[in-house]
Parts: sequence; structure tokens; C-alpha cells
Amino acid sequence: MSPRIRSDGEERIARLRGTTLPVISTMLGSATVILPIIATTPLLPPFGFLMLLAWRLLRPELWPVWIGLPLGLVDDLFSGQPIGSGMLLWTLALLGIDLADRRMVWRDYWQDWLIAAAATILCLIGGLVTANATGGNGTVLQIVPQMILSVLIFPAVARFCALLDRWRLS
Amino acid sequence: MAPPKNRRPGFSRRAQYGLFAGYVVAVLGALLGLLLIVTAWVDPAGHNAIRALISDVTSPVSSALRSSVRATGASGTAVLEYFDAGSKNAALREELTIARRKLIEARATEYENRRLKRLLGIAEADSSAIVAARLTSSSASSSRRFAMLNAGSVHGVTTGQPVRGPDGLVGRVIEIGRGTARVQLITDTGNVVPVIRVTDGLPAIATGNGDGSIDIRALTATGNVFKPGDVFITSGTGGVYPPKIPVAIAITASGDGAMARPLANPAKLDYAVVLPVFVPIVANAPVAPPEEGTE
Repeated sequence: MSPRIRSDGEERIARLRGTTLPVISTMLGSATVILPIIATTPLLPPFGFLMLLAWRLLRPELWPVWIGLPLGLVDDLFSGQPIGSGMLLWTLALLGIDLADRRMVWRDYWQDWLIAAAATILCLIGGLVTANATGGNGTVLQIVPQMILSVLIFPAVARFCALLDRWRLS
Repeated sequence: MAPPKNRRPGFSRRAQYGLFAGYVVAVLGALLGLLLIVTAWVDPAGHNAIRALISDVTSPVSSALRSSVRATGASGTAVLEYFDAGSKNAALREELTIARRKLIEARATEYENRRLKRLLGIAEADSSAIVAARLTSSSASSSRRFAMLNAGSVHGVTTGQPVRGPDGLVGRVIEIGRGTARVQLITDTGNVVPVIRVTDGLPAIATGNGDGSIDIRALTATGNVFKPGDVFITSGTGGVYPPKIPVAIAITASGDGAMARPLANPAKLDYAVVLPVFVPIVANAPVAPPEEGTE
């Protein structure tokens, strides 16, 4: 038991924080679209998905592989994408990372970034496809800036995630 | 970094089954997601209720933040305004004299218009606004262009109603909650607005490009007909959008079309006004012939 925990109540709170913080932080990432920005281009990185990736790459044993379903559904409710889009794409991304884990033996920071970049780009393209299937008519060219921004911002998200993790386990 | 912890959970049967079940659930769930997308494709209005519920809950957050953002943004602009105050003042004064002259001409035209309309017996369509509300947030991470309006079914908003700002057309309502509505902006790739050129009434179609610009295509394909600076207003053709709302100004002409910028910038909008669906006066619908064998 950590010296900072002095009673049963505090321990219960610490355990609750340990289990719910990753889920809550990912949902808050999805909720960034309620920020009062009226965007004319798709530029805001998908923070919910980046948080999911960061948690998954930092703590592979934290979540079961189906966690993409509820979290993706929450993201769909916020993002304006058709419902089911996030459920499908996030789960596929998690399955893909599981496959990559089997192949790769040693992993470091650069490989994590590479995996996250590939997953983000594929997920954004997938999101474009599902949005187009339900009435849109966008082109890949128009989400390229969003892709670049998302890939560049991932290390910051991973760092933030590690910070949260330290607090979670303290 | 050392290889991540092996996900194989050892010899425990129960843990192995649990892991396997996780994969099965994930794959089935992904298929369910695909199914939901297909249903959204077949029936776009089907998923509105649940999404509207979420937006009703989060809308107060967006509205509160929005007003503070507007305040800080406005103060920044106010400071910047001072930098070239002198030259701007002279330019504005010149513009004002021209505008005043134009205004007088416009008044005369308006008067003549009214007189001619009275002569022809045309009644003005009822263009009273349903509600004025703020746009609070938008689908900034998606490739679609939607914005949330903080007025909903309790204010009399229904799907399909056009939304305009003081400068021009903003979009139309596609989903409604109790206190919020989702607006499809005219820059969305799925939105089509019938427009005419202001100067000569040349009919055209305005489609969003999804990146803040609008694609204008002439209905009469006679080579390059547009010039940069052409202004387009709604034509009222086909209903939904009332006529004479400014839509866009052309920036570059290319081929048989033009790239245009919307005149109403939703990001700087104070209030947007929801208008009733415009129903053009058409010839009386043909009366169905009486069914045979009923007499």
C-alpha cells in the first residue's frame, strides 16, 4: 500500500481512479468537438482516438480488445460521423495493433509513433469513407492537413497519457 | 523498451477462454458497427434521437464557452483595428459616399419593385423568422461540415428549415433535439443550393467542397462564364431556400465552374436565424381522377 493512502475510503477511491481514468480520459478526448470552434475545414485531430492509441501502446494489458466498441460509440455520438463508424474503425485499429504486437519483439518510442501514425491515417481515411457512404462527398486531399496535424500531435498526447498514468497508479 | 507483456494468460483455461471471448466480441461488435453504418446509409434520419440527446446535454457547455471565446476574440480584433486607423478611415469615408448614393438608387428600385408587384398581384412569401439562435460548436474532427444550433423543437425548429445569418445563407437543419439542432452548413460536401448570379440571373448550382469553399457550376454549359467577384444568391428554385439570400462570392473561375467563398462566415456569426421552409407557388397540383367502380 502506498504511504499516501491512509484509510479504506482512500484506497477505494484510488482503485476506482485506477480503473476508470483511462476510459474517462478517452471519452473527454472525444468530447473536444464540443469546444466552441466553428470549423470550416476538418482540422481538429481526433483526440479520442489518439488517447485510445496512447493508452493501448502504453499499457497493452489494460483493456480487453473489445473496448473500441463502447468508446467508439461515444465518439460517434459527439463527432458527427455516422453511428457505427467509430465502433468499426477503433476495433479494427485495436485488432491491427494486436497483430503488430505479435510480429514485433522489441519496441521503442519511434515504433510506437509509427504504429500510431499508421493507425491514425487509416482511421481518418476510414472515417472519410463512412462519412461519404452516408451522404458526404469529400476527397482524401481535404483531410491531409488533419492527418499531418494528428500524427505530429501524437507524442504530446502520449506524454499526457503517461502523466495521467503516473497519477492513476500513485 | 522490453517487449510488451505477453497477452497469453498462462495455463488457466478460464483466462484463455476469456481472452478468446474478447476477440469474438470485438469482431462481432465491428460487424455491428458496419451494420449501423449501413442502416445510417439506408435511413439517415434513424439515429437522430440518441445523438440529439447527447447534444442537448453538452450544448450548455458549448454555449457558455462560445460567449467567452467571442469576447476574447473581439478584444484582440479591437486592438488590431488601431494600427491602420488613418488610411482605413479615409477609405471608409469614400466607401460611405458611394454606399449612400447606391442606397438612394436601391430605395428607388425597391419602390418601383413594390409598385410593379402590386400591378402583377404577387404576394410576398411569408419570410418571418422562426427563431434566432447561436451556433455553438461544430464537427471539427469529421470530414462532414455540421454545426450545432442552440435552438430545437421547443422553439419550433423542424428538420429541413434553412438557416441564415446577417451576411448570407448558413445552411439547413438536418437533425433536431429538444434544445439543439444540427445544421448542415453550405460548405458540407452533401449540400446543394440552387443559386443565380446577382448581375444577370444566370442559374447555377452551389455545392460545398468540405474545406470552407463552395463549388459553383453553371446550369448552362457554355464555357467559362464566371468571373472572380461574381456574387450568387439563392434562386428559390425547388423550394427549401427562400430566394434572394446571398450565398457566395466567386474567387477563381475554372472551366465551366467557379470556386467561391461563402458570404456568411459561421465562425464569426453572432446570431443565426432559422427561416420557415420556402414553398414556391406552383401551378395547382393535378387533381386525381375519380376511381372507377366507386359509383
